[in-house]
Amino acid sequence: MQTNSWVPLFPDQASTFAWQVDLLYAYLIIVSIAFTIPIVAAIFYFGLRYREKEKYATPDEMHGSIALETVWSIIPFVISMTIFLAGAYVYYNQYQVPKDPAMEVYVVGKQWMWKLQHSTGQREINELHVPVGRKVKLTMTTEDTLHDFAIPAFRTKADVVPGRYTYLWFEATKPGKYHLFCAEYCGLNHSGMGGYVYVMEQRDFDNWLSGNVSGQTPIEQGRDLFENKLGCASCHAGGPQQRGAKLEGIFGHEVKLVGGGTVVANEEYIRNSILNPSSQVVEGFQPIMPTFKGQVTEEQLISLVAYIKSLSGITGSTSSAGDAGAKPTMSNSAANSTTAPRADRGNANTQGSNPNAPGERSEPSNRNR
Amino acid sequence: MQTQDAINAGITGSPKLNYLTNGFTLKSWLLTKDHKRIAIMYLITVSMFFFAGGLYASAIRLELLTPASDLLQSGTYNKVFTQHGILMIFFFLIPSIPAVLGNFLLPIMIGAKDLALPRVNLLSLYIYWIGGLLTIYALLQGGVDTGWTFYTPYSTTFSNSYVMAVGLGIFINGFSSILTGLNFIVTVHTMRAPGMTWFRLPLFVWAMYAVSLVMILGTPVIAITVLLLAIERLVGVGIFDPSIGGDPILFQHLFWFYSHPAVYIMILPGMGVISELISNFSRKKIFGYEFIAFSSIAIAVFGFLVWGHHMFASGQSIYAGLVFSFLTMVVAVPSAIKMFNWTATLYKGSVSFDTPMLYAIGFMGLFLIGGLTGLFLGSIGLDIHLTDTYFVVAHFHYVMVGGQVIAYLGGIHYWWPKMTGKMYSEFWGKISAMLVFIGFNLTFFPQFILGYMGMPRRYASYPEEFQVLNIFSTAGASVLGVGLIMPVIYLGHSLLYGRAAGDNPWMLPGLEWRTSSPPPTENFEKSPVVTWEAYEFGEESGLDLDEARRRDLAMVS
Repeated sequence: MQTNSWVPLFPDQASTFAWQVDLLYAYLIIVSIAFTIPIVAAIFYFGLRYREKEKYATPDEMHGSIALETVWSIIPFVISMTIFLAGAYVYYNQYQVPKDPAMEVYVVGKQWMWKLQHSTGQREINELHVPVGRKVKLTMTTEDTLHDFAIPAFRTKADVVPGRYTYLWFEATKPGKYHLFCAEYCGLNHSGMGGYVYVMEQRDFDNWLSGNVSGQTPIEQGRDLFENKLGCASCHAGGPQQRGAKLEGIFGHEVKLVGGGTVVANEEYIRNSILNPSSQVVEGFQPIMPTFKGQVTEEQLISLVAYIKSLSGITGSTSSAGDAGAKPTMSNSAANSTTAPRADRGNANTQGSNPNAPGERSEPSNRNR
Repeated sequence: MQTQDAINAGITGSPKLNYLTNGFTLKSWLLTKDHKRIAIMYLITVSMFFFAGGLYASAIRLELLTPASDLLQSGTYNKVFTQHGILMIFFFLIPSIPAVLGNFLLPIMIGAKDLALPRVNLLSLYIYWIGGLLTIYALLQGGVDTGWTFYTPYSTTFSNSYVMAVGLGIFINGFSSILTGLNFIVTVHTMRAPGMTWFRLPLFVWAMYAVSLVMILGTPVIAITVLLLAIERLVGVGIFDPSIGGDPILFQHLFWFYSHPAVYIMILPGMGVISELISNFSRKKIFGYEFIAFSSIAIAVFGFLVWGHHMFASGQSIYAGLVFSFLTMVVAVPSAIKMFNWTATLYKGSVSFDTPMLYAIGFMGLFLIGGLTGLFLGSIGLDIHLTDTYFVVAHFHYVMVGGQVIAYLGGIHYWWPKMTGKMYSEFWGKISAMLVFIGFNLTFFPQFILGYMGMPRRYASYPEEFQVLNIFSTAGASVLGVGLIMPVIYLGHSLLYGRAAGDNPWMLPGLEWRTSSPPPTENFEKSPVVTWEAYEFGEESGLDLDEARRRDLAMVS
């Protein structure tokens, strides 16, 4: 989007952060001018007023002044602290991802495109459609190298890091079409890795959603992987004789680990438990789960995490689009498995541990390596 | 008077041989232990790297004239900006002032015959040459496209370019910095002339001392980092690549732990040069000598504690982010102290506007903008929007080029008469200083606006609305280019046709002005004894000002 001045100076203000960042920017510009003008004026005034009148003159010596040094150490310090505090405040607002986002989108970066999926199942490439006035949370990772999801009109960005999840959230305030960039250098077609974010009125967004129905939501895909394709359910279904930990209700809670210590079961922990199962084993279980590294794609991992979250009642769907996310369908009988499951070492790897390679890989068509 | 004798010995007893005429064979240069000859060889090499890096810069600016990647394909563009960064940072900015001006002047300024370890000095030059040749070889073979930052896992797993060869070149080159730093520290501690106490040292020497500390403490870390990178790339041990158990953010920590202090390796020497220029061309003792000296040390120390401000958007924890943001604000204070003291030095001085002083004033303006925009980026809430955009590009060019390169040019013009014995054309010198200042601002100021608009860095193509400002920037770059080429011509001309500069053209009190121009191989005919404070411009420091006035009159008539 272009502002209408000949040389645009500011990008659009299109999120709830934008005015805060712009205000901080304006404050710093004022501080800069307030320092620059007196110093430049002093340089010019002194330079001309005390211009050499006689060659090799020896002006009177002048030693420093402790009072002056103190003043001009303290003033910059105090001002820099106000800048620090203001910056910390603005940052804190961006850093605190809301606990109850109205909408969740999963983002996977890949040389050189953005693959996005809404929690209602719609997939997008290099485009993101969001409704105005709603908190949107992005959960992001990458299949290859570093990327950075940047939306200047929202004044926010975050690196996307292989091997972990990073998060971004925003609340758009103005309908429109805004640039989406990859801001972290990622190789050959780095400058082509971007597109647009479309901010729409809620009604338009609902229309867009209904016109873009895709087969499965991430939670449904995750359940499919969990129960059928990867066979996780054979150990984690929650029955009393299960070898794997029960997963209902764990999300967001502390989990006790073998060897003492606890960990909060967040997205990162679930992801790590799938890829690296023996690194953080839950107390009462044996480290018998095989790794799924190399057998699940980042998108499948995201679906699995979404599904396991849904077992704790977190669905992350847009409220207006109805509850498209699947409710936990695991039988209620699972709730009785309070006795510690016994590991049956004898046939640890006879069933369920040999998942098929991922069946459906949704390769976008405009891939341009 | 003893001092008078010491000075006159240098001025009047004109030696038969100076360091340039003491041997003309190639061997007498390549096997020299004379710090001045080594400095001249550094000057030539560093200038060639600056020229090569400048050619890459021209290619970048020409490509960005239009939104599409038409002049250069994006793959070529990626190599061009990477190689611009690598040549300019590792092979020009870092060695420029320490290895050229520091090498030439540090021993003379403290009244020594040479550096404490002359053979080590020659070794450091050869290491620099080997590292440089290896890098050039790798660039000719096909180059490297990782950005000068070598971020993993791109550099270890995805890039098909000559990462290892260039990495090895930088690894080797690092030892040159370490040896130079070591040599300077030993020299300042052990080789000062009688009477040259710590607080009589010129501020340039203080700056060299501070930068040497950073060099020997910081450079080993980049060596280790490059080594780990090599181990991962060649042997496949998972250090940085998460798919084999590494952590890509670890690389960023290690890299910036060196590379942020490296920023101070680049700017501290510049500050030292500027302190000399401001004081000497105001003929007034620098205001707040101790504060300027200790602010150099404070910058060197705090410079090691702020590396995380390059990683605010990388996913590091909020606590780390806040601590690094806080420390970044603190490091602004010593820089501000220097700025105020330089300005106050002009007050009631006798200010003359010779070419070096024009560069010094240009430095103050540009470094002011560079420093203030550092606050924008250090403020974590604003940095999230600005990081990885052209705002960052503009900021570090204001500090690196507006600060370091301008200071380096100022220093070259200031000490040129001493190094060569010849005076260059003041007229062309002033024109060039002003062209550089104007061209620089025209090139890089629009990039602040581009950055706030959101234009990401390292883009070969960009959306059309950014074009107008990019045209300004490219136009400015051509002015800057002309301003930078001019000194090559008139300084070269002065070598052949310039008038003799005399030993002390500006009648300044520093020890380097109390020996002949060019100095003899041993620097002084007779070892000096220092009885005056730094920056004393009157007769009490032994300068015969009346004699100088008569000399000027004789020259006019």
